Amino acid sequence: MIMIFGIPGPLLFGQLLLGLINGAFYAMLSLGLAIIFGMLNIINFAHGALFMMGAFAAWMLLEYAGIGYFPALILAPLIIGAFGILLERTLISRMYKLDHLYGLLLTFGLSLVIEGLFRNYYGSSGLPYQIPKVLQGATNLGFMYLPNYRAWVVAAALVVCFSTWAILEKTSLGAKLRAATENAPLVQAFGVDVPRVITLTFGGGVALAAFAGVLAAPIYSVNPDMGDNFINTVFAVVVIGGMGSILGAILTGFGLGVIEGLTKVFYPQASATVVFLVMVIVLLTMPHGLFGKRA
Amino acid sequence: MLEVKGLNAWYGESHILHGIDFEVREGEVVTLLGRNGAGKTTTLKSIMGLVPRREGSIKFRGAELVRLMPHHIARHGIAFCPEERGIFGSLSVTENLLLPPVVAPGGLGIDEIYTLFPNLKERARTAHGTRLSGGEQQMLAIARILRTGAKLLLLDEPTEGLAPVIVQQIGRTIREIKARGFTVLLVEQNFRFAQTVADRHYVVEHGRVIDMIPNHRREASMDKLHEYLGV
Repeated sequence: MIMIFGIPGPLLFGQLLLGLINGAFYAMLSLGLAIIFGMLNIINFAHGALFMMGAFAAWMLLEYAGIGYFPALILAPLIIGAFGILLERTLISRMYKLDHLYGLLLTFGLSLVIEGLFRNYYGSSGLPYQIPKVLQGATNLGFMYLPNYRAWVVAAALVVCFSTWAILEKTSLGAKLRAATENAPLVQAFGVDVPRVITLTFGGGVALAAFAGVLAAPIYSVNPDMGDNFINTVFAVVVIGGMGSILGAILTGFGLGVIEGLTKVFYPQASATVVFLVMVIVLLTMPHGLFGKRA
Repeated sequence: MLEVKGLNAWYGESHILHGIDFEVREGEVVTLLGRNGAGKTTTLKSIMGLVPRREGSIKFRGAELVRLMPHHIARHGIAFCPEERGIFGSLSVTENLLLPPVVAPGGLGIDEIYTLFPNLKERARTAHGTRLSGGEQQMLAIARILRTGAKLLLLDEPTEGLAPVIVQQIGRTIREIKARGFTVLLVEQNFRFAQTVADRHYVVEHGRVIDMIPNHRREASMDKLHEYLGV
């Protein structure tokens, strides 16, 4: 058995993998938050609830319609994304001209309502969702056993995160989004339907959260509080990475997941707080975040 | 081409425009002259739909624009070059150039634009639009709206803060695009520049048009102009 810094090899790599998986969820969720904050200037406290709705959508699709995991990966983000668009058109768009605080209060209220409704109908104990057959089992890598589904989660998260980054940084649509973040009225004066772009961007951020929810369903049981468990850390990730930075959200998300995982191995007492410790240090030394251009 | 009648505009409680009347004929270069605060920029922004509360009539090729949203107004064939130039720092120079969508056929192609603005071609690879000098940014701001196919160009103080050599370059550019059939509505405080490009001048004061001076009769009106512009 290989020992690394006094820790058995398989244990270390196991925790690293767990850290990477948590990091994958942090990255996907903070990416959606960063995009929504960058474009809409809204601090979306409902993001965790929408993530939870994604997981529930996958569960409901299977339970009530017999639709399995892989179609759900596409359908759930579409359904919850559409719901997000409805929220934006009816409620959230009224917050744009107001102080940040109102958007925060509205989305916080929405999260309470949504989570309360789900808790009412489905209870708090959690519903099981099976890992799809083709992703079950594990692969022996020699230094550790790699559960296939976990590897899939990390791979899918990486693909989705970097595809989103590529769309934003390399396409003309992305250029319009970045420009609208800087000066929306001028972009509108050029003929771009900015209100529609904003609505679709919010829908996209929500769809990202819902996609993460489907990925999460087989790992964590599907329950109304699953968003809560993530949302605090995700906000810390967004702050550390820089509120408007897409790359910051992705790299910081994965990075902090790994740091958290390593802390669990070497100093477990700090594992719940290490992320917030990092946040405090970053805020004191680099208030704009590691990659941020704006506060 | 453009007929503005009785245009009133407010920023919140402030009543800025008190009934602006003027017209721009196709192929002309027309300036709005006046002192700071007269309402010239507000007039341009009202035409573009960027002022929230406006009343009156803004007819472009017969279509009434006063109730429309900015992106619909742009799609009618009007393009805007703001006073601050509006170059996006998070976009590269090329991305800035290609950002405004094509709203009508007949816009300049990229090659034509690089012929008109050779220094933009040199700087095309610059990663952030705001790294350009003031003059280069102004050229970029004008260049990008030439690509869209818009026929009426609204230019807000294009020479502000620029060196005399660049100001001359901008003058040449405006004369060149007029020769290619574009119509220009120009806001300027610098009359010496305005007279080198314009066909007619409207004088704006306290939110109203108080005079119109054809460029070829400007000599006779010099005293009046000095009074209006406080020069």
